[in-house]
Amino acid sequence: MLKSLFNWFLQRLPINEFIARHLTQYYLPKNLNFWYFFGSLALFLLFLQVLTGLWLTMFYTPTPEAAFNSIETMMREVPYGWLLRYLHSTGASAFFIIIYCHIFRSLLYGSYKKPRELVWLLGMGLYVLLLIEAFMGYLLPWGQTSYWASQVSTSLLSSIPRIGPALTTWVRGNSVVSGEILHRFFALHIIGIPLFLIFLVRLHLAALHKVGSNNPDGIFIREKSPPDKKSLCTVPFHPFYTVKELFALLIFLFIFSLVVFFSPEMYGYFLEPNNFIPADPLLTPLHIEPLWYLAPFYGVLCVIPNKLLGILIMGSTIAILFILPWLDRSPVKSMRYRGCYSRFALAIFILSFALLGYISTTIITPIKVFFIQSFLVLYFLFFFLMPFYTKYEKNKPLPKSILCGK
Amino acid sequence: MEEDRRRLLAITIALMAGLGIAASAIPFLASWQPSAETLAQATSPVEVDLSNLAPGGSMLVSWQNKPIWIIRRTQAMLDNLPSIDPLLRDPYSLVEQQPSYTRNEYRSLNPEYLILIGLCTHLGCSPQFKPSLGELNHKWPGGFYCPCHGSMFDLAGRVMKGMPAPTNLRIPPYHFIDAHTLVIGEDPRLV
Repeated sequence: MLKSLFNWFLQRLPINEFIARHLTQYYLPKNLNFWYFFGSLALFLLFLQVLTGLWLTMFYTPTPEAAFNSIETMMREVPYGWLLRYLHSTGASAFFIIIYCHIFRSLLYGSYKKPRELVWLLGMGLYVLLLIEAFMGYLLPWGQTSYWASQVSTSLLSSIPRIGPALTTWVRGNSVVSGEILHRFFALHIIGIPLFLIFLVRLHLAALHKVGSNNPDGIFIREKSPPDKKSLCTVPFHPFYTVKELFALLIFLFIFSLVVFFSPEMYGYFLEPNNFIPADPLLTPLHIEPLWYLAPFYGVLCVIPNKLLGILIMGSTIAILFILPWLDRSPVKSMRYRGCYSRFALAIFILSFALLGYISTTIITPIKVFFIQSFLVLYFLFFFLMPFYTKYEKNKPLPKSILCGK
Repeated sequence: MEEDRRRLLAITIALMAGLGIAASAIPFLASWQPSAETLAQATSPVEVDLSNLAPGGSMLVSWQNKPIWIIRRTQAMLDNLPSIDPLLRDPYSLVEQQPSYTRNEYRSLNPEYLILIGLCTHLGCSPQFKPSLGELNHKWPGGFYCPCHGSMFDLAGRVMKGMPAPTNLRIPPYHFIDAHTLVIGEDPRLV
């Protein structure tokens, strides 16, 4: 009776086929390592942010008069309100740490290379959306950093020739940052961007499952058999990897909880001291720090003396990531088998991006301007020289197949 | 023939549908413009009593949600202004950042009172008032310093050379009702 009811259901909505295609009969290489957990961790964080964010909207009021106080009320008066808010604010930073690890994995094992270019492009689209989402969310507490960071960022638009000033007023709905922009950022933050994010995640996964996962050796394991077919070197996602990913999730949650319960402000990196002061449209704080995950881009603005050039260069630091698959001319995907130029370039790139960000969170002095400019040059050299060093380096011989036994 | 007609029809329908969709975006985009209420607030003037403002002192008031500075300059400050001209990008206020009646050496109606919109013309932070000679560096003539990206302005709100800010600080429309009463947001009435 129950079985026939179940069959009746499946004949009309074949969720069993969906589960088979994406979980129980979706085959992955056997040699995936811990770098491959960050994708599903990111998915978990998206879920956590949507859930905690939904609850925060129940206590938050998006008006300049009430926003700051509604968060203080949430923190002090609402039962467990402090926990919901700290989960959300720590979640935002954790999301970026995980996304940066996830992107690093792609760079390390060449996951952006053919045939996964679209997976990379959709992923980069997700990264940009996440930056916008985080930036809009940061205005909502209506503290001093919130206010003046938005004032500066929206002023960037005004440097666009001709239409700039009108565009800035249009985005703000006022001549300065005020209640109008708070309200529309709130709407975009809680529903507009998240819907778009979820849609892009679906496409990102669909594109990935069409071509299958790369692996740390970066060699194609499905040449003989069509995608999603069992071979000696693959295991189905469920239960083989779901079990491992649950374990990774436990480790992540342990570290995450330590931060949430013992250091949610993370020494001013996750929640900044100036943002515990209500926004004052008449007074800029002495020192505005950018959020750590936006810091590399903020640093660019501080060191380019020309207003329009600054915004253009900042835009290209992100835009250039999109064309990465077409800059890399190496026949080898994984760094394991690449020559020393590629390895060295990647190390310099990671280092310059990290230092660019770190210095930008401190007080900028003339000598630091020089350092930021140098790291910015190194950042771009990684991309500009890539067609050459990837083409002319000596790679190690690739193995015939990944190590997977008989 | 039939094929061509179908193609033409298909293209026409696609174009018309595209136009319709584009037109339907107008209300969504236009709603982001400043509302009638916001515009009304922007035109309502603010009256300020200056009787407690001592020479060399400053006042901060809010107009259109923007910081408005009122600086009562001393004679020494005014005398110092022409000597700064070579350090400035636009010493004669040629760029229209002020009402025409304040386009003069002191950038004000009454030289004693300087009225400025206190937002940096670079990226909109509010600069700090540093009136004393040598307060920032040994050549500092007194003026305003922006903490965000380091732009400097003199005591008439004129931008110095080599700064990220492209233009002088803006001046709102204003007039005096009497010697101690200032109205911000309204041009002087023509007599």
